[in-house]
Amino acid sequence: MTTVRPNSDGPTVASPRRFDKPRTPQGKAGKWIEERLGVSGAARNQLNKVFPDHWSFMMGEIALYSFIILLLTGTFLTFFFDASMAEVRYNGSYIPLDGVRMSRAYASTLHISFDVRGGLVMRQIHHWAALLFMASMTVHMFRVFFTGAFRKPRELNWLIGLGLITLGLVEGFAGYSLPDDLLSGTGLRIAEAIIQSIPVIGSWAAFLVFGGKFPGTEIIGRLYIVHVLLVPGILLALIGAHMALLIKQKHTDFPGPGRTEQTVAGERMYPTYGLKAGGFFFIVFAVCAALGGLAQINPVWLFGPYNPAQVSSGSQPDWYIGFLDGSTRLFPSWEIRLWHHTIPPLFWPTVVLPGVLFTLAGAYPFLEAKLTKDRERHNLLQRPRDVPVRTGLGAMAITFYGVLLLSGGNDLIAKAFDISLNAMTWGGRIALLVLPPLAYAAAYRVCLGLQRHDREVLEHGIETGIITLLPNGEFIEIHQPIGPVDDHGHGQLQYAGAAVPKKMNRLGNPARHNRVRGFLWPVREKAEIEAELRALQAQEAERRDRELTD
Amino acid sequence: MSGTASDNAASGLTAEEVSQLSTEEAMIAGAEADDVFIVHRRERFPIAGTRAERRAERTVALMFLLAFLAAVAFIVVFCGAVPYQWRLPGQGNQNFRYFTPLLGALLGLSLAAIGIGTVLWAKWLLPEEEVVQDRHDRPKDPAQQMLTAATLVQGFHDTGIGRRSMLKATLGLAGGALGVVPLVALVGAMLKKPNRGQGQSLFHTLWGKGVAVVDYQGRRIGPADLLPGGLLTVFPGVPDGVAAGDSPTLLIRLRPGQTVKARKGQAGFQWEDYVAFSKICTHAGCPASLYEQQTGRLLCPCHQSQFQVLEDAKPVFGPATRSLPKLPLGVEVVDGKQYFVAKGDYPEPVGPAFWERP
Repeated sequence: MTTVRPNSDGPTVASPRRFDKPRTPQGKAGKWIEERLGVSGAARNQLNKVFPDHWSFMMGEIALYSFIILLLTGTFLTFFFDASMAEVRYNGSYIPLDGVRMSRAYASTLHISFDVRGGLVMRQIHHWAALLFMASMTVHMFRVFFTGAFRKPRELNWLIGLGLITLGLVEGFAGYSLPDDLLSGTGLRIAEAIIQSIPVIGSWAAFLVFGGKFPGTEIIGRLYIVHVLLVPGILLALIGAHMALLIKQKHTDFPGPGRTEQTVAGERMYPTYGLKAGGFFFIVFAVCAALGGLAQINPVWLFGPYNPAQVSSGSQPDWYIGFLDGSTRLFPSWEIRLWHHTIPPLFWPTVVLPGVLFTLAGAYPFLEAKLTKDRERHNLLQRPRDVPVRTGLGAMAITFYGVLLLSGGNDLIAKAFDISLNAMTWGGRIALLVLPPLAYAAAYRVCLGLQRHDREVLEHGIETGIITLLPNGEFIEIHQPIGPVDDHGHGQLQYAGAAVPKKMNRLGNPARHNRVRGFLWPVREKAEIEAELRALQAQEAERRDRELTD
Repeated sequence: MSGTASDNAASGLTAEEVSQLSTEEAMIAGAEADDVFIVHRRERFPIAGTRAERRAERTVALMFLLAFLAAVAFIVVFCGAVPYQWRLPGQGNQNFRYFTPLLGALLGLSLAAIGIGTVLWAKWLLPEEEVVQDRHDRPKDPAQQMLTAATLVQGFHDTGIGRRSMLKATLGLAGGALGVVPLVALVGAMLKKPNRGQGQSLFHTLWGKGVAVVDYQGRRIGPADLLPGGLLTVFPGVPDGVAAGDSPTLLIRLRPGQTVKARKGQAGFQWEDYVAFSKICTHAGCPASLYEQQTGRLLCPCHQSQFQVLEDAKPVFGPATRSLPKLPLGVEVVDGKQYFVAKGDYPEPVGPAFWERP
């Protein structure tokens, strides 16, 4: 490792200000703080903290940023929302509901939507950010799972993350129940039935939560304090712990040239990574803002106030509750009646199933370590193809979840594609049992295939797409070896858990700063690519000469 | 390797030596003091002021300018350039329909421009760097761990909890009881005994003997109000009858020729060609309201339970297990006009099942 002292010989750019004495107001402010807190050493350590750069590491960032957006827009909404179930007559500017009896919660939601300047856009940004929060946490979890980032020493952060997703579900459900419109009231009615379905304590628990028989007059006020104080407070604390562990343990990194278990390579927090991450926050916010303005979400004024006698067809919860709706639709009508007591069928798909799913997810890091007898610390990630069993299990879990999620909207699918609703239900029941094992098998085979292809490229080189006619009339495709070759032209590089270049334009100096960057398109300097191409062409010509002369 | 952990610990430089370094060299030395090694560092534009550099800077500046303009436009729209109050179509200024989309688009544009500008700034104009940081992830000094362990063990020993069993037992009692206090305070305050009080029973609804059958506006309903095959949601004509969660009842007038097989003991519940079932699905409590007149099927749109009205609202598909309860229906004559009344409450609990339900 050689430390680069840049610009020592070449032409220099303007040199920065001297640092030995504070001269500027900022410098003097820094000195003021240093003399009182003495944090310059720790601060420098954090400023120089290195973050690796990979597109898949952005999922967690999106989750963090959407949470900040939720706090900002949510605070705005609290100034106008009234979490009361007292009945009022609506007399706001939305004429179609004029004179309708409704709760103050619903009336104040209409007030935010129609009579508060900019209230509707804030409400919609808030709702879109909530969907994004849950989605990015879920995809972040996939990333962590498939790359093995949850392994020792990061099991604690896996559990905290799982807690964040669980609380996110509760927070989201509480949030979209607040407007007390027909859709959310239907959701609350089902939630009440779910609580009531718990054996032994069910009706006690339901009366406790709702303060009496459904709907009562308490639930919106209680959900409000859960939504704006209790759960956000816990979320904030858990996010803090999640970040603190990330800083303490440092980020994982993919294997590659120069990557080791003992080091982390990338960009320093200050200034490069901080600028990029800050910019990315604004981009995430921009997406939420644009969606909030341009894409209508949860138009509660079309649903009307909640009324236990009414429901609209196609009533769907927000997407992250959808898997529970799906499991409820698919579960057969199996009721257990024992000694004058009942365990309703609702209990299994809505209480037991999520309990089992989240317990399995929480136990997974420990189960895997136990079964593989792997007690090592791991800072380098694994490519999903290199761990086919785990990848297969992940594919299985995603398929199971996916069938449930689709079944949560099976009435809409039935309508859109003109399929019998009953066929959709039976299709979902069968798919839930049949597809996950198939997904496991398919993912396992794909992993093995990809592994083999990696080895093949390492042994025989990259397919160039150049077909050559040999003097004996045989056509062969020229392969570009990646590294040194033996007498038979076979590569001698061993697979090391890093991505193997498979396209000509991915070849290059393995030093990281020369590697092709960019997610969708390679980001390269033109001159660099041309020089590389010329070198390759020269190499190729030399190789052909040698083959022909041999 | 020019900088290893040992020879760079706290940079090993005196203040005098540091002050002789250039700013960049001092920054690198400071990083190395924390085992952060800048293995590659290069100005993106080593020659200052080239056309390429100016172009990059101009593009970033353009983004920031765009962010400024969009933010100003947002403020202008927000402050009244576009009306925001809802108007009926054809009555008054309809431009309010552009208010929310414009706000979202302008805010999104401003935020996107400032975000993209910042990222491009970092990618195009900041020096290219490749930095390696030591994780300090090697096994820690075992002596350190042992010293900490000794501190913990000795401290525990000093308290004497191990041998003073009386303290342990009494503290355990106090802690256990005190720990339950918050739980009791919260749960105890919120607890409501189920099935106690007016309208609070899961076993009974507001229906009862002689309770009038009314629609959602409180108007009494009689046999003349429905055509054959028709249905109407009705409620008990008592205070809170329309609002209560278990009141909604489907009054169905059968088509000629349709018959409903009554359950045992419920033969008299039907009144001529009228039957009344609870509208609350026995699965999760949604109103089961999609009625297929020809086949006599009722569908609950929440989880697709289906009930066959002609078989006494028996569940025929989906997750529901119990038939919809049937309301005993009768008729009374007021001022020479016939009106429906209930002849009693539902003979069984309405809505989703629960533990205490037989």
